[in-house]
Amino acid sequence: MSDLLTFDNVWLEYGEKIVLERVDLSIAERSFVSIVGPSGAGKSSFLRLALGQEAPSRGRILLDGEVLTPECSPDRGVVFQRYSVFPHLTALRNVMFGRECTSARFTARLFGAARRAAAEEAEAMLVEVGLGDALHLYPAQLSGGMQQRLAIAQALMARPRVLLLDEPFGALDPGIRKDMHRLILGLWREHALTILMVTHDITEAFGLGTRVLAFDKRRIDPHAPHRFGATAVYDLILSRKTAAHEPDPQAEVLRLTESVITNTEGSL
Amino acid sequence: MRWVNIRPSRRSGLLLGALPLLIVLAIYLFAASARHAANPSDKILPTPGAMIAAMHGLLVDADPLTGHLIFWADTLASLQRLGLALGICTLSALLVGLVLGVLPAARATLGGLVTTVAVIPPIALLPVLFIVFGLGETAKVALIVIGVAPFLIRDLAEHVAALPQEQMVKAQTLGASSWQLALRVALPQAMPRLIAGLRLSLGPAWVYLISSEAIASDVGLGYRIFLVRRYLSMDIIIPYVAWISLLAIAMDVALAQLSRRGFAWAHQASR
Repeated sequence: MSDLLTFDNVWLEYGEKIVLERVDLSIAERSFVSIVGPSGAGKSSFLRLALGQEAPSRGRILLDGEVLTPECSPDRGVVFQRYSVFPHLTALRNVMFGRECTSARFTARLFGAARRAAAEEAEAMLVEVGLGDALHLYPAQLSGGMQQRLAIAQALMARPRVLLLDEPFGALDPGIRKDMHRLILGLWREHALTILMVTHDITEAFGLGTRVLAFDKRRIDPHAPHRFGATAVYDLILSRKTAAHEPDPQAEVLRLTESVITNTEGSL
Repeated sequence: MRWVNIRPSRRSGLLLGALPLLIVLAIYLFAASARHAANPSDKILPTPGAMIAAMHGLLVDADPLTGHLIFWADTLASLQRLGLALGICTLSALLVGLVLGVLPAARATLGGLVTTVAVIPPIALLPVLFIVFGLGETAKVALIVIGVAPFLIRDLAEHVAALPQEQMVKAQTLGASSWQLALRVALPQAMPRLIAGLRLSLGPAWVYLISSEAIASDVGLGYRIFLVRRYLSMDIIIPYVAWISLLAIAMDVALAQLSRRGFAWAHQASR
């Protein structure tokens, strides 16, 4: 597996305030990277960098060996916790949106055979995420979980190289969240996706990820806490996860926490 | 049961809504008949019969000078001015408001200008408009446009700029260009807001229309009211005012229906 996304000594600063420092990471193709950490540890900033919503103050981000332009583009899909579907379009039109934009530069609308083809493809995608019965409903008529399914389907239609998820299941209740975990794992295998997911839920992070990054500050200056940025302090590869073997997340967390403690005791 | 939890049904709601109107009407009729009992030639509170008689001439008899049916000519002239002005307002709000809302650079450049124009009391500009555009139709339409358009533009630009950033980012990750963002994401979501803004602007638009007609015109609903005021013709003024409010209500209802029919998704939450 080759490296798809590379962070080469990346810093993110807002004036005096350093948010991220010395982020050096390589993310392999087809990996599922969970990103955890306390609030304000730069998880979302890291995701915004990968998305191209912001440019690093120092260092380079490479996608497929090319320096990333600091602007969102179709090679990186995204699903936010909320508001990432268009309220004025039906589920089907939401999923067709990307195809319509890339195929019709001026009108952003398709007609005739091209439209039918796009609609068929979108319908298949919606069926795959379990929204086959909701093609013609507006997002306001869908539950929170269904809206997130829709957002995922919409993102996958653009066939992104990397799928970025920013606390995608944070606003869902636990039962629905389980269903969504099953869905995203299935899609990840099926579509050979590379996923970066920010989450607050540590069980989710270990249950889904093939690799867990924990962001935090390495050093804290009590007189000027803003002068040290966060970085990936723990980088755990969960290599034994395969399609056949679904690990028990609870046991996984315990085992890994122990190993983290023993590992870091040596380095401190 | 607490008062806040008493909710009238649809039918009783209609009834409750009609009640104050009927009371006002009854008070008027009572006062009018009382005045007429004291002075049969009273002009201040004309009876319904007197109003019908006065309006009959304007509704069906052609004006001997121009050959027009005065009431309908007035209505047509006023609606034409209003329609033209509101059309210009709508178009400019869509165009400028959308550009200001979508492009931060445009907002930085033109936002100040729009705000400045918006805070000028439009009536204060009426003399300038009469000087610049003459006393014809242009000045009247321009007054309404200057009064209403900046409000609509600001409202629309703010609404578009306040659309969730997540949507804009999502659209870009799906390959949308700036133009496509404006066309497919911002414009459809701006439309219900524009219609709501237009409904709110109807009141001021009528004020500007009647002001400009009152000052310099030879036809129009506002012109007629101010003309017959000289003869204390309340029997014409009152029906004209009632007609104006009826027209305003009809426009408001039509716009509300348009929004509900054309942009059903925007009204789902309130259903």
